[in-house]
Amino acid sequence: MTELDQLMAGGPVVTDGAWGTQLYARGLPPGDVPDSWNLTHPDRVEEVGRAYVEAGSQVILTNTLLASRLMLAGYGLAEQTVEINRAGAAISRRAGQGRARVFASMGPSGKMLLAGDVTEDQLLEAFREQARALAEGGADALLIETMSDLGEATLAVRAAAETGLPVVACMVFDSGKGKDRTLMGTTPEDAAQALEAAGASVVGANCGSGVAGYVAVCRRMHSASRRPIWIKANAGLPELVDGVARYRMTAEEFAGYVPALVEAGASFIGGCCGTGPEHVRAIVAALSQGRP
Amino acid sequence: MSDLSELYLAILNGDTKGTLALTKEALAGGADPLDLVTRYMAPAMTEVGRLFECEEYFVPELMRSAQAMKGALELIRPLLTASGAEPAGRVVIGTVKGDRHDIGKNLVASMLEGGGFEVYDIGADVSPEKFVQAVRQHNPDLVCLSTLLTVTMRAVPLTIQALKDAGLRDSVRVLVGGAPVTEQWALDIGADGYGANAAAAVPLARRMVGKA
Repeated sequence: MTELDQLMAGGPVVTDGAWGTQLYARGLPPGDVPDSWNLTHPDRVEEVGRAYVEAGSQVILTNTLLASRLMLAGYGLAEQTVEINRAGAAISRRAGQGRARVFASMGPSGKMLLAGDVTEDQLLEAFREQARALAEGGADALLIETMSDLGEATLAVRAAAETGLPVVACMVFDSGKGKDRTLMGTTPEDAAQALEAAGASVVGANCGSGVAGYVAVCRRMHSASRRPIWIKANAGLPELVDGVARYRMTAEEFAGYVPALVEAGASFIGGCCGTGPEHVRAIVAALSQGRP
Repeated sequence: MSDLSELYLAILNGDTKGTLALTKEALAGGADPLDLVTRYMAPAMTEVGRLFECEEYFVPELMRSAQAMKGALELIRPLLTASGAEPAGRVVIGTVKGDRHDIGKNLVASMLEGGGFEVYDIGADVSPEKFVQAVRQHNPDLVCLSTLLTVTMRAVPLTIQALKDAGLRDSVRVLVGGAPVTEQWALDIGADGYGANAAAAVPLARRMVGKA
């Protein structure tokens, strides 16, 4: 039995909520890259992880979504890539206190293959560097997330799998008439199959246009792949209040979708934009209701 | 000379190589450059925009067609300039201060270029002062502001204010776009227009310069 199987043996696994907004709430200046706080404010980053563990997260992520060299270069932080990732994994390990596993986050490079911004080799190299540093920092698994381009996502999966750690890979489905395609037009079925083929142990969807639409996305990925499904959806769509985006969906409303997600085959459930520890508590409560 | 409807199809299908070959062939055969643009190339991009709007085309198709169009325009533009034809308009485009996302902005820029605009892309994380400077330098018809992050959206009204303070606001139309932006918000903060996506940006821009 692999470590992932053990984790899933008790039923659907509760992951965590958003990190970026939690850090902005703790004083991160708008426009700063959250990942830089792994070096400058590790205590506050750890607080976010701890809050999720306290709320019942069995898996927490790391504050490393934007920490590939290609993305950090835009913030003048390329030379700190390895440090930021190692620190991010180590911080989440401390926050996990042995009670939660650490799935280290790897997001998009911010460069587009199709536009010729970057080559496949450059992407592979950048993801390899990040994956190695996260593994060295103590990650239990690597999570490729918030991907819009299947080509970039599969390169990231390949690079991450080289560490020997389990790899979770998920994409954003927010385009097309049914909000069930990636920005590049990929369907949930095609994404699930390609990510599995690239070496992902778990496939899924995160961010997007709200949790409601991800029930069908979950079902479709589940039917197309033998892999467990990971769903980390947004708390609905943001509304602009005084020029600032706010997610109005309550934690209880969000958790109302948990039974449908489980029925659709989700093995890992958490939240993305607009969710916090209260959403995790509500997910835990919703799952415990369904258990004897 | 081959059938020029093939030029239309080459752009529609995002076939840059074919588009360039057909354009060269047509020009060598004595076709009128302006005629090529208005009868075949621009209608192809309009159809690309329509297919994107009704979600038969996605970003990859959009980009391939815009690249084909851009390549053909590079061949044709010198001839148009020589004949006194002007670009559809001049555009300064950038992502606002604090936000380093540039994929959406780049897409809009390439669609506008494909739509016949002369585009000055001044990058991402652009301060209001830099926008003011670029407007002074390039004297554009349109200023396009992109924002993806909710936390940096406030830089959009600040940029518009900076254009006002510099006395430049009335010389340009300001267009706004980006994931968190809505039409209502764009109008509330004093922009002239809002585009929901890269394809919508072109008809909007043409309308704004009075060439719709």
